[in-house]
Amino acid sequence: MGMLFSYFKSLLGTREMRILILGLDGAGKTTILYRLQVGEVVTTIPTIGFNVEQVTYKNLKFQVWDLGGQTSIRPYWRCYYSNTDAIIYVVDSADKERMGISKDELFHMLREEELNDAILVVLANKQDIPGCMSLKDVHQALGLEALKNRTFQIFKTSATKGEGLDMAMEWLANALKNRK
Amino acid sequence: MSSFRRDKKEDEDGGNMFVSLEKTTILQEARKFNDTTVNPRKCTPILTKLLFLLYQGELLTVKEATDVFFAMTKLFQSKDVVLRRMVYLGIKELSCIADDVIIVTSSLTKDMTGKEDIYRPAAIRALCSITDATMLQAIERYMKQAIVDRNSAVSSAALVSSLHLTKLAPDVIKRWVNEAQEAINSDNIMVQYHALGLLYHIRKTDRLAVTKLVAKLTKMSLKSPYAVCMLIRITAKLLDEEESLNDTAMIEFMEYCLRHKSEMVVYEAAHAIVNLKRTTSRELAPAISVLQLFCGSAKPTLRFAAVRTLNQVAITHPSAVTACNLDLENLITDSNRSIATLAITTLLKTGAESSVDRLMKQIATFVSEISDEFKVVVVQAIRALALKFPRKHSVLMNFLSAMLREEGGLEYKASIADTIITIIEDNPDAKETGLAHLCEFIEDCEHFSLAVRILHLLGKEGPKTKQPSRYIRFIYNRVILECPSIRAAAVSSMAQFGASCPDLLENIQVLLARCQMDSDDEVRDRATYYSNILSKQDKSLYNNYVLDTLQVSIPSLEKSLREYTQGSTNQPFDMKSVPLQAIPTSREEEHHKHKPDGMLVSAGPIKAAVSNKQVNYAEKISELPEILDMGSLFKTSEVVELTESETEYFVRCIKHCYAKHMVLQFDCLNTLSDQLLEKVKIQVDPSEGYRVVQEFPCPKLPYNETGTAYVVVEFPEEDLVGTVGTFGAVMKFVVKDCDPTTGLPDTDEGYDDEYMLEDLEITLGDQIQKVSKANWQVSWEEAEKSFEEREDTYSLSTFNSLEEAVKNIVQYLGLQPCERSDKVQEGKTTHTLLLAGVYRGGYEVLVRAKLALSEGVTMQLTVRSADAEVAELITATVG
Repeated sequence: MGMLFSYFKSLLGTREMRILILGLDGAGKTTILYRLQVGEVVTTIPTIGFNVEQVTYKNLKFQVWDLGGQTSIRPYWRCYYSNTDAIIYVVDSADKERMGISKDELFHMLREEELNDAILVVLANKQDIPGCMSLKDVHQALGLEALKNRTFQIFKTSATKGEGLDMAMEWLANALKNRK
Repeated sequence: MSSFRRDKKEDEDGGNMFVSLEKTTILQEARKFNDTTVNPRKCTPILTKLLFLLYQGELLTVKEATDVFFAMTKLFQSKDVVLRRMVYLGIKELSCIADDVIIVTSSLTKDMTGKEDIYRPAAIRALCSITDATMLQAIERYMKQAIVDRNSAVSSAALVSSLHLTKLAPDVIKRWVNEAQEAINSDNIMVQYHALGLLYHIRKTDRLAVTKLVAKLTKMSLKSPYAVCMLIRITAKLLDEEESLNDTAMIEFMEYCLRHKSEMVVYEAAHAIVNLKRTTSRELAPAISVLQLFCGSAKPTLRFAAVRTLNQVAITHPSAVTACNLDLENLITDSNRSIATLAITTLLKTGAESSVDRLMKQIATFVSEISDEFKVVVVQAIRALALKFPRKHSVLMNFLSAMLREEGGLEYKASIADTIITIIEDNPDAKETGLAHLCEFIEDCEHFSLAVRILHLLGKEGPKTKQPSRYIRFIYNRVILECPSIRAAAVSSMAQFGASCPDLLENIQVLLARCQMDSDDEVRDRATYYSNILSKQDKSLYNNYVLDTLQVSIPSLEKSLREYTQGSTNQPFDMKSVPLQAIPTSREEEHHKHKPDGMLVSAGPIKAAVSNKQVNYAEKISELPEILDMGSLFKTSEVVELTESETEYFVRCIKHCYAKHMVLQFDCLNTLSDQLLEKVKIQVDPSEGYRVVQEFPCPKLPYNETGTAYVVVEFPEEDLVGTVGTFGAVMKFVVKDCDPTTGLPDTDEGYDDEYMLEDLEITLGDQIQKVSKANWQVSWEEAEKSFEEREDTYSLSTFNSLEEAVKNIVQYLGLQPCERSDKVQEGKTTHTLLLAGVYRGGYEVLVRAKLALSEGVTMQLTVRSADAEVAELITATVG
């Protein structure tokens, strides 16, 4: 009986997980998407609209949506919120001036009902740039301590160097598996 | 047949999923697109249904379209090839209705540059449909690459999409010339064709560049027959625009194409040559012999093309077409009815009077078997024939009336009615029979517009016949039997009889009284109006309010009335302040008839009607800062060119006449790519008595753009004769040298320069608006009492025929010929020309010119005008 139950559970587990990558323009969302998909750094141009790719990580299939971060495109994010399992929110750690805007966009988004059950991963990206904010500073600047009732974690990454992404994905995969 | 098949399908238990589609159901189904995992097998049919609905003309609201568009964007996650291509189609269909369609820009850009070849062309087309002028910059690089892509489908898609984008952002597309240039060398026939299309489109406003392009390509021997066909059309257009056929290289190219291995090219060249405006018999002969050869071809398409072309040019080149008569005779029995029709009608156009009866009999055998479109061709041939052989009118008229009685669409019936009307107008002998046929026709006519036209014609022509009373019954029958619009037209028509035939007046009054009990407002109003006027027994009232209709331009009247009701003036509305309706000249009419040459003209909106054009000008002028209040625009003259067509600067002048002022509008074009002109001002040197009141320079004139400068002059107050004169004109401006590619000036310092223009003539015609008088004679007699009269005799030695004299007098005076007096009957040595018009300020002018031919033309000119000075002016300036 238990065997059968776990069999079903594993069947359900093969459902594609839907992930959104969000963040301000120039944070590195598209670079992260393709780093995850093909494992390489591709040259990108500002995304007008979105890119969608299938990413396989440790036998888990993700359907990853990378939405453009320009001011004009942010209003359309909400069109893609429904059925989202996780959000990867990317922050440019070197862009201290716009940290406030980034925080506002983050909390604005988290207020959406459709995203109530979504797991949040914050990536403090561009850690390779000298003089960037530390993980702790980013955590504080985004006001993450205020988050309640949400599974979330913050990681420091450098998408161009490929650092930190593995750890973040590992955590995300586990978090998604352990979700009831 | 098709409906039958559909019924059968329906019976089969809903076999066809497209039969009863509902918009709401499909929009509901489209929510499936939002599912986390996309099922292509389910989504593709939904999308197909959606497209089917859109193609059927179903309209979505902006919100519905936007919702379904965003749902559709979710489908990009699927890798299914069929589904993706459906998405492209969906994007293209919805791009013009939905909001925020740029959201798919990145996804489409990725697909157009990706590895999947099957996605790329369609992605380009979809991308260009969602792109606006600002976004175009972002994808420019990819478009340029796509144009020169090795994959021909990609290249073609990019080229054609660019062509569509030129409407949106012509300046951006202009920068892609180099890529298009490269694509023209492609081995693929479609790419080459599309590249030529784009190149031509980019350059078509620049004559010199087009000439260079043609010169280069005619030497290059293009591989693609489509491209060669297009090149032939471009060349033909250039040749037509030129003064004379002196460009031998272009002619040689056309002749060379007559020997091309592709039949399509050969036909295109022959077609182009015979249609050239100034073609001579030397060029014509080989082209006609090609068409003659095609007439005997085994392929019906070639026979059709050849005979259709011969048909079209039968009037312009009768002798050349006659050479093919034998071949055309053979085609009369062609099993393809379209070919047979064209062959017969061509023969009719070129044939002799003796063969008419035989050919008409032949048409009658199969006229019921051909489509409406070809019946129209037959009707047109009959019209030409009737004008050529007036004596044959009874045969032709009988034939036409038989055709009228048959079934047919509006266009077909209208062309028959048109033809009968033309014959009536042209041939007095045919009038009575023609009117009788038309009367019979409206007894059973299902087209309102035609019935109204014919009733109007009966009202105009009926009273002048020997027995006007016979028409009344036909007209009054309409009042009893038809719908309100026709009843109203019938009432107006009867009133004409009442006004023109005193003996019928009493009976007409009885009928009008009955019409006053009609159920429709308009019919009652008209009946009351006419009944009242007719009861006054006053000739001049009849003349002004029954026989001659409103002369003012309707759009201007509407505008003036609107302004009047909004204003708070206590004065009564002055009808004289409304500009008169400009009567379209024959040249403009021809222009309207000229069909655009599909491939070369990117279909722009059809030019607005003449009267609207004048309103537009008036609005533009009134928007000038601090312009004087000059009253309303009286008349806009035709465009005059003040430079040769291929000079550094191209200047045209349009004269706008007001009651006391004249506005000279100078449209200037700078054709030097390395110059930016600023403060462009036209300095006029007016003739004596004129005073320059205001000047509006054009602040900036970049390369290839048209700018407008205005000069306002005041007419001489005292001396009316002085209003006809010649102005010198010089264009003065500041030149800044600039970089031809960017158009930015090299320095801020410019230098003054000037450019001499040709002299500008202010003629009498500029100050006179044409007015048509339906009943000139009555107006003339009436004017004898109240108007001033001047008379003079002139000898016009430069004219050798009456036609020539009439044409020139009409043109010079700018008056409207009335009662068809502009047509001189052949062989006569005397003629009377009757003219009418209004001089600026609202002074009516009537002119009678008696002409006699004897070594030159002698003219006795009698002018009657409400103002003595105007009459003086006209007699003084003629000569």
